[in-house]
Amino acid sequence: MARFKKEKSGELPAISTASMPDIIFMLLFFFMVTTTMREVTLKVKVVPPEASEVQKLEKKSLVSFIYIGPPTQSKMYGTESRIQLNDSFRTVNDIAEFIYNERETRPEADRGLLTTSLKVDKDVKMGVVTDVKQELRKVGAFKINYSTRKKAPRSN
Amino acid sequence: MARKVPEINAGSMADISFLLLIFFLVTTTMDVDSGIVRRLPPPPDPTAPTPDVKERNVFNVLVNKSDRLFVESGWGDIRTLRAEAKEFLSNPQNREDLPEKRMENIPGLGEYPVSRGIISLKNDRGTSYDMYIQVQNELTAAVNELRDELSKQKFGVKFSELSNQRDIDAIQAAIPMSISEAEPENIGGK
Repeated sequence: MARFKKEKSGELPAISTASMPDIIFMLLFFFMVTTTMREVTLKVKVVPPEASEVQKLEKKSLVSFIYIGPPTQSKMYGTESRIQLNDSFRTVNDIAEFIYNERETRPEADRGLLTTSLKVDKDVKMGVVTDVKQELRKVGAFKINYSTRKKAPRSN
Repeated sequence: MARKVPEINAGSMADISFLLLIFFLVTTTMDVDSGIVRRLPPPPDPTAPTPDVKERNVFNVLVNKSDRLFVESGWGDIRTLRAEAKEFLSNPQNREDLPEKRMENIPGLGEYPVSRGIISLKNDRGTSYDMYIQVQNELTAAVNELRDELSKQKFGVKFSELSNQRDIDAIQAAIPMSISEAEPENIGGK
């Protein structure tokens, strides 16, 4: 029965690598879709507080961020909470201009949907946050989102 | 005479896609931005008359600069705030000192007594942001739990699991997210 004789060659059969590009492409597309490019370098330390009742931010392209926290380089800039817009430290008075600029870069139809995400460190005092909120009210950016970390809901 | 098109060598395809893959792997940040969504009120109109709100319809929450809570008429606790807010908003026993309800016709629900209660949140400039978010979170949780309960009762699923926009609107109309923030005042200094 020579037909069923096992081939006794010591070599392992070569694994076909023909589908490797497909696998890699699949991974590539996954990461391409999920990726968000970091646009700003953070100059303030932001450790968001925890909350359980969070909602996901929809439409990332329609979100502008305001960072508030103590500067990371505390030797150079001190420890007082600062506001960061785009790539630099700003004051409360610059927020109106920042929002106008953000609106300019979005298509006209979407301007009403612009959300402002406040990324605030948990040790920041409310004074500065209140100032920012008042400024946002003045320029009509009413949709805001307090950025928080997800925490498991606490059962009472 | 058809010229033979030379075949392109696809052997380096894997290398190219590897390169791209590694690029996206490095630049990707997986964090999903999430947070508590709020809508700021428009700036106050100085000519508009102050709305007349009855005392029983307002649930006062104050946070002072050392992060202590003052709820309605006494010291509050963050751990009981949610239950207190829920009781205020739902007023299950129709008590005299808790908010009134007004029958409203909501499409999809029919006549439903909508609470007229408003939660008024006031904080000091010295309040820490962490505490402020905890309070906001508890108040939001109170509203969300009430919505879940009503949704379970009427539609059999949680509010967050409703898919029909009409049902969502109905629940939102029946239990509005009535959290108002007082105009800021500077009391305790920085």
